[in-house]
Amino acid sequence: MSRILAVAFNTYREAVRDRVLYNLIVFALLIVGSALLFGQISLEIERIVLINMGLTSISIFGIVISIFIGIGLVWKEIERRTLYTVLAHPVRRWEFIFGKYLGLLGTLTLNALLMAVGFFAALLYLSHTFSRPDLYILVAIYFILLQFMMMTAVAMLYSTYSSPLLSSIFAFSTFVIGTFSEDLHNFAAASQGATKWIMTAVAYIVPNFSSLNVVSQVAHGTPVLGALVLQNTVYAFTYSVVLLLCAAAVFENRNFK
Amino acid sequence: MLALEIEELSKTFSVGFWKKRPRCVLKPLNLAVEEGEVFGYLGPNGAGKTTTLKILMGLVYPTTGTARIFGHSIDRPEAKLNIGFSPEQPYFYDHLTAQELLEYYGQLSGIPAGDRSRRAAAALHRVGLKDIDRLQLRKFSKGMLQRASLAQAILHDPKFLFLDEPMSGLDPIGRREVRDLIQELKDEGKTVFFSTHILSDAETLCDRVAVLDRGELRGVGVVRELLQQSEKSVEILWHGEAARVELEQLGAKVRSSGEMTQAVLPHERLDAALDALRKNRARIESVNPVRHSLEDYFLQKLDNPQPAHVEVARS
Repeated sequence: MSRILAVAFNTYREAVRDRVLYNLIVFALLIVGSALLFGQISLEIERIVLINMGLTSISIFGIVISIFIGIGLVWKEIERRTLYTVLAHPVRRWEFIFGKYLGLLGTLTLNALLMAVGFFAALLYLSHTFSRPDLYILVAIYFILLQFMMMTAVAMLYSTYSSPLLSSIFAFSTFVIGTFSEDLHNFAAASQGATKWIMTAVAYIVPNFSSLNVVSQVAHGTPVLGALVLQNTVYAFTYSVVLLLCAAAVFENRNFK
Repeated sequence: MLALEIEELSKTFSVGFWKKRPRCVLKPLNLAVEEGEVFGYLGPNGAGKTTTLKILMGLVYPTTGTARIFGHSIDRPEAKLNIGFSPEQPYFYDHLTAQELLEYYGQLSGIPAGDRSRRAAAALHRVGLKDIDRLQLRKFSKGMLQRASLAQAILHDPKFLFLDEPMSGLDPIGRREVRDLIQELKDEGKTVFFSTHILSDAETLCDRVAVLDRGELRGVGVVRELLQQSEKSVEILWHGEAARVELEQLGAKVRSSGEMTQAVLPHERLDAALDALRKNRARIESVNPVRHSLEDYFLQKLDNPQPAHVEVARS
């Protein structure tokens, strides 16, 4: 475990020193500007718009980071040969994969939490007080973290065998398809024959981001069911672990010429 | 005890995009290194030295064969507990300082947290990297990176060091310091396996050397014996070409260059050769024992298309 944490901390430190967290400045400007703007408009919808915009920003910033850093996590180590000295130590290859994954996930989580603090500050500025439905926003943020967990695993898997360019295309495609996975299920249900089978298979293979998107729901103060929280948690953890195991299996068999 | 045992280790890569074809980069290799030895792994570029080291470090999987380090198979993490590795042209995380890098590797090696900082500083000091506390590795010169690489290799005080071209990128002073470091490691009882094509370094440091060419082991020899063996020949240099035929009849290798003629022949035929030269009134310039260098051995092994009888372990 110490070795996994060492790799994870090094990955986190690299991301921080590569100024990944600078995106927080852009986010802060966006949120402060929005809060000031919506505060002046002072219509009934200002809270809904701010929650929608704030949570969507947290999600998009995180997904973009998870893809752009995730696709280079392993590839960069191979290309720069930094991997050579790491694997010459008593580090198992799967430990390296899990460490890199946890390092990026930790960075994304910290990033999202700092954004969430800024977002709640803007919300407080706008509403002057917190109410019970604001707790649901925490659930939405938790779901966003689950999305990061899955997306990082997807990017990581691509990174173990493909170049960053191809990996980024694959990862973005996976994200877009995953966002519309509910539509894929509906399309599969309405189809017949081979199309039905193919669409069903694709719908189950790609990550289901639809059920993790409750931004609009919490913006309107609608509660999120406990069963959905449990279901999404189990799903995201299982999906991520399976993908990480696949990434570890691919990585395990590679020759680093 | 054998520090390293290699048995029938080979590697064939598949090359080509559509139509894969095999390319053998290492033919079945048998080699043994004893504990406490400094072993030189010599060969021209592309000979398979780095591939061998990559296999031993678990970066490349062998096509056939096995290898053990202190009795542990190389595919077991235990094999890596007692080794340090410095790769050719080392690359490191350039966002780190050398101290941070070594503390990271210290954690991977299982050095206790309270001990890491001190040992990292000591290793850096030992390879001559001082006053670089705040300097990130991205600002290091090639020579400094090479030193940092050696520092991470010795950090956890391993019993066995694998060094791939350790003098590469170093200036003459740096090379001398690395030579001294390897000698110190030997004095401490460490085993060192290093690849190089700088033969003078190998000649100075190594107990034994192996010569590899085009993926094939050409020979293994004890450096001291190779150098002593070569002193059984003598070289005679004289003016003109007198007595050339007589000396050739004595089995000498005769070569003329300008006004001078040179003959190399076995030591026991020296008197006969000198007699022949005196008889022909040749003006002798010099008579010297031939001191072959490791380079001669190296070139001799490369010239020989057939692999020589290979001594695997020192008897």
